[in-house]
Amino acid sequence: MEWQIYIWAFLVGGALAMLGQLILDFTNYSPGHVLSGFVVGGGILGGLGIYPRLIEFAGGGASMPISSFGNALVQGAISEAERNGVIGVMTGMFELTSTGITAAIVFAFFVALIFNPKG
Amino acid sequence: MARDPKKKKLTVDQKRYTELVRDTVPRPRYGKNALLAFFFGGLIALIGQGFIDFYRFTLDMDVKEAASPAVATMIFIAALLTGLGLFDKIARVAGAGVSVPVTGFANSLASAALEFKREGLVFGVGSKMFILAGSVITFGVVTAFVIGLIYAIFIF
Repeated sequence: MEWQIYIWAFLVGGALAMLGQLILDFTNYSPGHVLSGFVVGGGILGGLGIYPRLIEFAGGGASMPISSFGNALVQGAISEAERNGVIGVMTGMFELTSTGITAAIVFAFFVALIFNPKG
Repeated sequence: MARDPKKKKLTVDQKRYTELVRDTVPRPRYGKNALLAFFFGGLIALIGQGFIDFYRFTLDMDVKEAASPAVATMIFIAALLTGLGLFDKIARVAGAGVSVPVTGFANSLASAALEFKREGLVFGVGSKMFILAGSVITFGVVTAFVIGLIYAIFIF
């Protein structure tokens, strides 16, 4: 069971990326539209309890695509809502995603300090 | 900008022009693009899974906890590649293969931060960093808020 997750990770991660590419090529939506759609879709699947199962099953295949950001926001909001109601929705919102957001802000900041735009 | 403007009655010249544009603009190579996106998207998922297992064993975390540092590592790599100017070169081939995973999120932050560096540290890097990634956070949070509210009111 240990190594099979790598196969599923590749297939699911690939399928999600391919879905994004097909939407980009066949419609006039911009990457911003598509990525926002992925996050909303991941959030809804998270709310229905489907996305966590996909992560269990495909590991990085489901947790690397940006849809997992939507799912993680929802899971954080729901788990705190269970304890603290409506206030919990707000306190729990970034519980799981804070690592990713912090990393992205900090690394992007230092990249901008150190490097200069190319071309 | 992203979608077609509302259909208006076109003059004959405009009609001919749109047809000309439609016929001469190179069409995306759907099959090749899709396969490349699949390959790179899968590859990034594999690398991510590798980091998940790495942190699982070195930091003694369970699978759910290990996803966070794995995502952070992928973000670090993507931001670094953006700074080095390599991310764009990979993205030209991989398309959505590198922009759908969190690497695309990191790239959108880092490239915006770099691009607006000339406008200063506060108004450029600080403010404009989220010019592309902001919509992802906004829509994610609004979605999660609505779903959380539904859970808080109707389910718990």
